[in-house]
Amino acid sequence: MSTHAPAHPVETSSAPAARVPTPVIGPRANPYLDIESYEAEGDLMVLNMGPQHPSTHGVLRLKLWLDGEVVVKAVPYLGYLHRGVEKLLEKLSYVQSTPIVDKNDYVASMTNELALVMAFEKLEGCEVPRRARYLRTICAEMQRVASHLLWLGTFALDMGGALGGGTTAFMYCLRERERILDLFEELTGARFHYHMMQIGGVRHDLPAGWDAHMKQVAADILARIPEYESMLSENPIFRARTRGVGRIDALLAQELGLSGPNLRACGIDHDLRKSQPYAAYDEIEVRSAIAYEGDVYARYVVRVAEMRESLRIATALIDGVPSGPIMGRKPIETVNAVKPPAGEAYVAIDSPRGELGSWVVSDGSPKPYRCKLRPPSYHALAALPYLLPGTTIPDVVVILGSLDPIMGEADR
Amino acid sequence: MNMLFGSPVLHALILGVVIISALLGVTSYFIWVERKFAGRMQSRIGPEHVGWKGLLQPIADAFKLLIKEDITPKSADRAMFNLAPLLAVTVALLSLAVLPLASGLVIADLDVGVLFFLAAGALTVVPTWMAGWGSNNKYALIGGMRAIAQSVAYGVPLVLAALVPVILSGSMNLSHIVAAQAGGHWFAFWPIGPGFAAGILFVLATLAEGNRIPFDIPEAESELVSGISTEYTGMKFGMFYLGEYVHSLVGAALFVTLFLGGYDGPGPDVLVLQLAWFLLKTAVVSMLLLWVRWTYVRLRSDQLMTLCWKYLLPSGLVLVVASALWVWWKQQGGLA
Repeated sequence: MSTHAPAHPVETSSAPAARVPTPVIGPRANPYLDIESYEAEGDLMVLNMGPQHPSTHGVLRLKLWLDGEVVVKAVPYLGYLHRGVEKLLEKLSYVQSTPIVDKNDYVASMTNELALVMAFEKLEGCEVPRRARYLRTICAEMQRVASHLLWLGTFALDMGGALGGGTTAFMYCLRERERILDLFEELTGARFHYHMMQIGGVRHDLPAGWDAHMKQVAADILARIPEYESMLSENPIFRARTRGVGRIDALLAQELGLSGPNLRACGIDHDLRKSQPYAAYDEIEVRSAIAYEGDVYARYVVRVAEMRESLRIATALIDGVPSGPIMGRKPIETVNAVKPPAGEAYVAIDSPRGELGSWVVSDGSPKPYRCKLRPPSYHALAALPYLLPGTTIPDVVVILGSLDPIMGEADR
Repeated sequence: MNMLFGSPVLHALILGVVIISALLGVTSYFIWVERKFAGRMQSRIGPEHVGWKGLLQPIADAFKLLIKEDITPKSADRAMFNLAPLLAVTVALLSLAVLPLASGLVIADLDVGVLFFLAAGALTVVPTWMAGWGSNNKYALIGGMRAIAQSVAYGVPLVLAALVPVILSGSMNLSHIVAAQAGGHWFAFWPIGPGFAAGILFVLATLAEGNRIPFDIPEAESELVSGISTEYTGMKFGMFYLGEYVHSLVGAALFVTLFLGGYDGPGPDVLVLQLAWFLLKTAVVSMLLLWVRWTYVRLRSDQLMTLCWKYLLPSGLVLVVASALWVWWKQQGGLA
């Protein structure tokens, strides 16, 4: 095992964080820099990174003004994956909506469905049975592990290249993620777009032997996380590439509305599972991971610690799944079966990427009047203009990767 | 000089053709070995379907590259763009000329062999920069600029590392360097300190000069799409690939020659056995380099420069002085 002491202590506790994060770390880059007034040593080069680029995590386009290889100004352009999901939700009935939001954050479909379905339930005022809430929590936590595994793999790929150590880490992470997808396939019949959550409960009950299978998978992944750490964070090159790079201070993080691991890596203990427990989180102790440095390495340690914590939560819950129904309302048999009373509801949950919110307005018809989603990735991308100036192209890729954006969610 | 075919010109011609063709064949199967090796490392099986255990995969790959459309961008500098891949392979093959594969089995037994391969190694940056500039692509340009900075920086520790065996053996002729290590007195292990450290320095500098991970910043596909080879298609792209692999194989062979006694090994001094020893050592070193390649992530360009100028260069200087002192001490009579 390693002998080096972690430079970034990561705390996991269910109590509020003890330390106060440093509000401001240093001078902040000006994202609105007037390029005309900038005096470069030579000529500035404009580089359009993306929308087709191996490391822009989908179709993000970054317009970079480069002085040599140093970024002077960076502007992210979003919308290349805009599918009009919010408008689409207005045109579909409540019952038809869940499969659509599966495709938003396509690496964490479970939590997408959960956020929307919970808003519908709040609007309709229907109770979710305890068994269904347990299943939802287990699915959400396993989904978080799957999502973080994919993030870890692609992050290593960003750093190590497609023909090198990066791929090796990527293959290991996908190997484990595959087992979680197998679990979900066993449970729902689908590997990516599950349609597991339903208004009033969940659609599928646990198949026989699923709990033992899940516990085995969780134990295996838990045993292999030290392997990834020995390959990545115990590697001096990895540490040199991530420590002190892309530092976000706590103030900036709050101003930009960052959430999830990106915010917790800045030392702010904000976790909706703890502060406003939903599903079955009120019945289990949630210890969210906190780091204080706010750099790429801190985001890495927070996500790895979250993987461990999620596996612990899921394993603890699976033993105590209560018996009972999995639906809290009468079965949905027609498309227009759900007709919530007029009103509005906002529900936010802690998705693997942060605070995922759904705001739904109903006019009493079977279709929502308006549906607004708050994707955490969209807000994370807003940090790029502050983080990128002054760094070089290799760091651009690493910083972007560390924010874990999913363009399907940011562009909707 | 020990000539196999009478005249030096005939000797060089025949040996050159034979060795280069053999090396190109070995290279394509080295790629197969690497893919299998990487597959095993990553809990995959690697190429499996073309031929038995995927053994025909290199041929299929080469054929695929040959039938791809050959695109030259409209705004590219045609001459430079088309010449660069050819040069990349040629330059990588140059060092082969002075490499003694076995006693007497060397294309050109130059007295300044070390100088020749250092010069040939320094030339690798020329096709890289030609590709970077000629492509008229921003990613390629950045890759090319990085390659120049890297080559200039890492040429220096490479020279210093190569100087250590030169000082220890008292000759710049690679055959003499190998002869000086005969009987198991390999420079990597004797004298204990400087030889081993210089060997590591040599490997690092060779990796950097050949743009191999963790020093492959001119290509850096996660940042620069594909760096210098972004605009290349088909066989021209394949040539860069080939050049890189040839460079790393020749680099491993040079390491074996300078630090691991070349063709020296137990057994009688027969040509076949010597050749076998040489190839075995080169294979082992290459596999070690593959292991490094598939384990490490890439350094940032400024960190690469820091590593070179702040750590490798001073340690190279220290090693040269240390080995010179060692030789002087031996000449004074050593312990006796």
